[in-house]
Parts: sequence; structure tokens; C-alpha cells
Amino acid sequence: MTRRGSPDNLSHAQESRRLLWLRIWTTMTLVLGFNYIGWRWLASVNWANWWIAVPLVLAETYSIIDLTLFSITIWRSRQREDAPPPPLDSDVDVFITTYNEPVELVVETVRAAIKIDHPHRTWVLDDGAREDLRQAAETLGAGYITRGDEWHGKPRHAKAGNLNNALLQTQGEYILVLDADMVAHPAILDRTLGFFSDEKVGLVQTPQHFINVPPSDPLGSQAPLFYGPIQEGKDGWGAAFFCGSNAVLRREALMEIGITGYVDATQRTVINRLKEARVLVRHSLRGADPSAQEILVQTRNAIDHALAEISRAEPIAEVTYVLHRKLSQLSHATVGDDMAQLADDLDALGFDQAAFNIDSEEVISRLAALDLSPLNAVEAVDRTLQAIDIGRSDEAQAVLPMATISVTEDMATSMRMHARGWKSVFHNEILAEGLAPEGLAASLTQRLRWAQGTMQVFLRENPLTLRGLTLPQRLMYFSTMWSYLSGFATVVYLLAPILFLTAGVLPVSSYAEQFFLRFIPFMVANQLLFVFASRGLPTWRGQQYTLALFPVWIKACYTAAANVWAGRPLGFAVTPKAGTRQTQIPWGLIGWQLAASIALVISIVVGTIWLVTGHAEPIGTLINLAWVVFDLVSMSALVGAVRYRGYHADEETR
Amino acid sequence: MNFPVDELEPDLGVVRVEGRLNMVTATQLKDTVTEAVGTGKLRLVVDLTSTTFMDSSGLGALIGALKTARAAGGDLRIAGANEQVLMVLQLSNMDRILRPYGTPEAAFGS
Repeated sequence: MTRRGSPDNLSHAQESRRLLWLRIWTTMTLVLGFNYIGWRWLASVNWANWWIAVPLVLAETYSIIDLTLFSITIWRSRQREDAPPPPLDSDVDVFITTYNEPVELVVETVRAAIKIDHPHRTWVLDDGAREDLRQAAETLGAGYITRGDEWHGKPRHAKAGNLNNALLQTQGEYILVLDADMVAHPAILDRTLGFFSDEKVGLVQTPQHFINVPPSDPLGSQAPLFYGPIQEGKDGWGAAFFCGSNAVLRREALMEIGITGYVDATQRTVINRLKEARVLVRHSLRGADPSAQEILVQTRNAIDHALAEISRAEPIAEVTYVLHRKLSQLSHATVGDDMAQLADDLDALGFDQAAFNIDSEEVISRLAALDLSPLNAVEAVDRTLQAIDIGRSDEAQAVLPMATISVTEDMATSMRMHARGWKSVFHNEILAEGLAPEGLAASLTQRLRWAQGTMQVFLRENPLTLRGLTLPQRLMYFSTMWSYLSGFATVVYLLAPILFLTAGVLPVSSYAEQFFLRFIPFMVANQLLFVFASRGLPTWRGQQYTLALFPVWIKACYTAAANVWAGRPLGFAVTPKAGTRQTQIPWGLIGWQLAASIALVISIVVGTIWLVTGHAEPIGTLINLAWVVFDLVSMSALVGAVRYRGYHADEETR
Repeated sequence: MNFPVDELEPDLGVVRVEGRLNMVTATQLKDTVTEAVGTGKLRLVVDLTSTTFMDSSGLGALIGALKTARAAGGDLRIAGANEQVLMVLQLSNMDRILRPYGTPEAAFGS
């Protein structure tokens, strides 16, 4: 077993000392950072060129806030002590989720899962419903679960739906979730279950590590900073995230959020529908003919009453029952009136009304029933009756334990668990290893999905306002969401030096001593902070990609917003796990970055010419040249990425 | 707003009831029939081919319309009723008074 982050297993005292120094360094970096940004706002914005000066100072402010959130995170990034031994009687289901991965790949994962030491049952959750996989699973002795008929024509909710479907068909007290490619270590449960001896712990997450990645990690697949100091820091603040795989969950916690989610959703739906209905009733009241008018007024009063009762926290089921009864009485009375009038007409026509039995209770009840009721005449009343549907008939399952508000169901789920007071643990030990995408296209798809999912959660269940979270938990979730806004800042960071070098547009009022004194110490401290925080782990690749993938982050923001606000589809794709190697260089994937790089190179040439010919201010030019070089070096990660042909273990020695 | 009336013969009109024949539109049917009878259309067919739903108020309006036509010395028949409309007619035994015809043309045998 590999303990990541501390090759020599730091002792408790050493770890405390390390954390103390890290905090001192963090504080110093923040002081320098705020000193710099304060000076930028107060004394160095070149208002003459406000159209670039203001975006630049805003981008820098964004970065300082990002750094502040990162600093808060790592303030408590400490390795946990090992878990106590697991309770022997804990009952565990191991879920292997698959959709379209090759059967041989899933079979390897199943084999490893079956070999896990602690007693458990292994289940294959096949959303692809493949007969050969069913046979393979059953031959190996694993259970096989796929979606039933109740999902027909209902939203499937991808992986979240797959897990929810299995949760309702199994009983284990704990659930280990593994992606189709995640080969588990036999000790994975023995090393994690012990944390659940704290009865409020609902989640234990372990790192995701990939075996098909060379040390140079051309696609930036490994996330040592995230599955290290960042998750440890979030854990320190009681907010370790669920990351979808290699995690153990407590069933009780999942079911609890499923049920409260159901109650909330029902309440919201009923209230919204009743409010809509009230508006429509008011609307129909204008110009309705007198016979309909009275019924409308009474309906409106019944709706008002129901809403008032709900806001007084009366149980939804009772309120809707009373409303239902009232509307049904109204319906009855209307049919009775109609029938009485009809009987009179029959008399006038010379028929013997008694022969037709039209005012019998049976006929009236039948005509007053929901499907035939004259109240259906008014669309508004029809809707009111529909509002009383509290069975969640739009979903295959009434109770949805895994959150379905986002394509990153994992983060949304752990946030809801935290909001309900459950605790989480990040255990920094590699206990399962899987496969990373082996081509840039697949890798970009995956990152886009993560970013989109995160922004969906941000827009649908904002952690800053979600009830039940502690302030640090709010900040930990918000921090991850904030970091996905970096694409917009990057655009400014690319444009500003190009504008200066080629056109002499100056966004700051001074590039002289004042600037150096504030900027250089801050920049140095900031870079070293990453080195110290990550305990020397390779985080540079990650930093490069944060900048270089700016078009992905921007796309994620606007597609998520269009999805949440306008209901547009995300264009969601499952990340391919195998067969993702590329055969041709996919230049098209990085068109924006190529264009930006060309512009950066041109700006170097032009800037140098201005400098040599004595037309440019030397200090400003040199700073901007250095800045452009930094941008280009960051972008250069993509050169290796587009040329990457997949992993061959013998090519690079580890 | 009234339902459209097609003229099959000088004294034979077809009232086309589109959408729902219910509490809200019942008055429309009564008004349409009263007006048609007033302009000499003493034989009327209420064409229910495009009627999606009928409730007790709609049923009442049909009988009311029949009364209006009879009072003027004419007659009113119905045609093209869908399953739901037929069910309401049967439930109230009104199919014995208003016999449902297949098409408006068949209603007066023309």
C-alpha cells in the first residue's frame, strides 16, 4: 500500500511542525497578496485604458480570492491517523458501476472486488444491460443489477440513477462504490470501515490513482494536489468531498438525504403548482361567465387556504387531502346543478325525467369524479388537482438517495450529507487504482463534465445559501466552484501583455520600482506556497492545465448556465475508459489555445522589435515578455498532450 | 365567441364544437344554437368530431340546445362523438334522447 504525500510517514509531531510552518508561510503570502492587490486598486489602475485596465485588476482580484480560498483549505491539511479496526459484523455491498466499458475490463475489476478481505457482497451495476457481462458476473459469483421496467420513459440520471436503482435492491449497511476500471486493494475495507465507528460519519473517500499514466503525466490525469492537501484541508474543515469512486458510504446517510430530498421536492412542487394555479384562477376570473365565476372564486379561496396551511407547517399530505375534498365537493355541487337544469329541460321537452335516473347519486358521483369533473374546464383548476399528485410520478423512484441535480452527482450528494449534519473522512491512502483517459479528446470530455457538474451544483444548490452547512463547509464547496471560473481571468491574462507588447496599451500606471516591490515578493511566495503545500509532489502539470484549458472552463460555465436556466442539454458524455488512444494529432481540440499561442509569439517578436528600436519602455517590456513566456510555458503542456499516443509501461522508466 | 356553423342546406346547419365542451364553453354552444335557430336553421347537427372532452355542463348544454331547437319547431342531432363523450351520454342515459350518429351527413339522412 502506498501512502501518498508522506513517503516516510511523518510522525504526529513532525506533521504538526510542518503545518505550523505552512500556516506561517500562508499568512505571509496572503499579506503580500493583499498588499499587492490593494495597491493595484488604489494606486495603479490606468483609468485612461479602463477597457483593459479594469478587466485586468478584476482578474487579479479573482486570483487573490482563489488564493485566499486555497489558503483556508490548506490551513487544516493534516494527515489523519489510521482508522480503528473495522467492526467485524459490518455488512458491506461493493458496487461496480459500468455503462459501456469493455466486458474484460469490468471482469478484472470484479475479480479484484471479490478478493477484498473484509466480508462483503459484490454487485455489478450494468447500465448497459449486457447479457455477456451478466453471465461473466454470475460465473464469478457477483450479483448483477440493471434497470427495471419502472425506468422506462423516466429520466435515467446516468450514474446517480444507476446507484439509486441498486440502493433500493440491496441491504448492506455500507456501500463501497467503484468505477468500472477501479481495481481495489484487498485491504480497502479493512482500512476504511473503522472510521464509521463514529456514528455520524457518512462517507470515507480515498484517492483516485491511475496506473496507465507515465511519470511525466502528459494529460495531467493524476491530481496529487486535489487528492492530497486539498482534500485533506477540506477534511480538516469537515468537508471532504465524495468523488464518485473509491469511497465507502453509510446507507443510512444516503437514505436520509433521499427521504428529506423527497419531502423537500414534494413540498416545493406542491407549493409551486398551487401558486401557478392561483395565478391562473385569477386570470380566468376576468371575463369568465357567471356560472364559472363562482366556482373559480371558491377554488381560489381553497388554494389560498391550502397555501396558508403549508406555510404554517401543516403536513403536506393533510393539506392536500383537505384541498382535494373541497374541490371534490365543488365538483359535486356543480354536477348537481347541471343535472337539475337538465331535468328541467327534459320536462320542458316532454320527457319523463324519472325514466332517465339522471339525478341519482351514482350518476352524479361518476360525473363529478376527477376525470370527468366540470372543474377540469378551467385549466387552472385542472392544475390544482394535479398539484396534489405527491407520488413523484415524473421519476422512476420516489426516493433518490444520490443527488440528481448535476452530472457530478458525487459532489452534490456529499454536500447534502454535510447539510444534514453527516461527517466525512478523507483517508489519504491509495486503495484502488484505475485507468485514466489515454487521449486528449477523452481527457477534455472528462474535465468538461466535472466543470459542468460543479457549476450545475453551484447554480442549483448554492453552498453559500444551502441550509445546514457550517461556514467552513460553505467555503470549501464554494472554493472548488470558484476555481472553475478561472477561464475568464485567463483570457485577460493572455490579452493584456499582447496588447502592451504590440500596441503599447498600458493597463497599469506604473511598471517601475513600486510594481516590483509589491509583485515579485508576492509571486515568489505564492509559487513556493504550492511547493510547500504539496510536500514536493508534482503539481506543476496541474497548474499548466488550469491555465491552458481556459476554453474548457469557459464552455463549462456557459453550458451549465444554459442548462440550469434555460433547460438546454449539456451534451453530456460518459468518459471513455478504454480505447481512448488517438491515432492522429487532434489539433482541432485546441484551436483557441493555438490561436492564443500564435498571438503570444507574435507579441514577443513585435515587442522585441519595439524594444531594440528604442520605441518601447524597457522595464514594462521585459515584464510583459516574461509574462508571455509564462503563458507559453503553461500552454506547452498541450504539445505533449496532442502528441500523446497512450501509455506503454516500458517506454518510460518509473 | 361562438362555434362555427356550416350550412349543409338552407335550413340545415352543422355546429362544429372544437376542443372541450364544458363548464366554460357550454354557454357558447347555447348561444350558437339560439342564433342559428333564429336565422332559420331549424335542423341542426352538433358535430362532435373535434370535441376532445365533455362534462356534465356540456351535456346540459346539448339538452338545452335540443330544447331550443324543439321550441322553435326544429330538431337537433349529434354526430361524431368520441369515446369519452359517448361514455358521458351512456352514463346519463342521454343516448336514448340524443342518438349519436357517425357523421353530420348521416344525422338527417341526407
